[in-house]
Amino acid sequence: MAKIKGDIVINVERCKGCEVCIAACPTSVIAMSKEVNGKGYHFAMKVNDTCTGCINCALVCPDGVITVYRAKITTE
Amino acid sequence: MEDQVTKIDIRKDENIVYKRTDLLVDRPLSYCPGCGHGVVHRMLMETLEEMDIQDKTIGVSPVGCSVLAYDFMNIDMLGAAHGRAPALATAIKRLWPERFVFTYQGDGDLAAIGTAETIHACNRGENFVIIFINNGIYGMTGGQMAPTTLPGMRSSTSPYGRDVATMGHPLKITELIAQLPGTYYVTRQAVHTPNHVRRTKKALRKAFENQKRNTGISFIEVVSNCNSGWKMTPVQSNKWMEDNMFPFYPLGDIKVDGQLVPKKETAEKE
Repeated sequence: MAKIKGDIVINVERCKGCEVCIAACPTSVIAMSKEVNGKGYHFAMKVNDTCTGCINCALVCPDGVITVYRAKITTE
Repeated sequence: MEDQVTKIDIRKDENIVYKRTDLLVDRPLSYCPGCGHGVVHRMLMETLEEMDIQDKTIGVSPVGCSVLAYDFMNIDMLGAAHGRAPALATAIKRLWPERFVFTYQGDGDLAAIGTAETIHACNRGENFVIIFINNGIYGMTGGQMAPTTLPGMRSSTSPYGRDVATMGHPLKITELIAQLPGTYYVTRQAVHTPNHVRRTKKALRKAFENQKRNTGISFIEVVSNCNSGWKMTPVQSNKWMEDNMFPFYPLGDIKVDGQLVPKKETAEKE
């Protein structure tokens, strides 16, 4: 069975911690970190593997820090 | 089985479905966290990239928060005097009719000091795109009251809320210019959720396609948040915008292909 799996990569130093992506994600992949980046913002980070690669988070990100990958994984 | 798939398997260049466009200069945007400007910049650049007209496009940046748009957009840009972007764009388009021209303006720029330029450029039916970011406040200078500030809305110059008896009514300039014969496409969009972002991008695409056919002004208003000026967090400001801005500034097309859209279709929401 083929399954769509996604992954996101967040440019941590560019993230300003506005949290808009968290509401946009349908599978609750993103949460805010406890640590801060070089500018002192709590940055968004991926916290689980349920990402489907729907690009919603990347679309609403005002600073365009999210890169989205999507692949079809075939399993028997 | 899929548990064995490591992250490295997915993170390959051929699997990229979305990344920040190269037409945005690789430098951090100077806007506040959560500001809608960044999304509109990115959608605009993606539209130009998809149409492959980035080398034929000239943008005019306004005065306001987005005055530094020329620092972020990797295309030819000019900075206009406060409010005079439509006048400058008129000159560029008339001298260089084969170029694509757009102005990118805020509400203080377009609806306050530049009202005359906006209305006359729209009335003349010049062939360029106006992108109007409406956040109901002068964000850059510290959150003063703008012509588009809602009745009762607090700002630093209306600390008890806008009182229409003394401060006047908010200006719905988008509805106003839709009445003019020179405008061809007038719409109001938002960029706070993925669906709205997709619709805004479609509207931008349509506007530049119209410009290719020399139809007249295409005017896109984007209702945006100003969390610093409204003194809220980005998520709160988006909620506030949905609850307060959208009833007064209903989203949707106002004029399509030179024809006003009937009122009830304009008012339809999600």
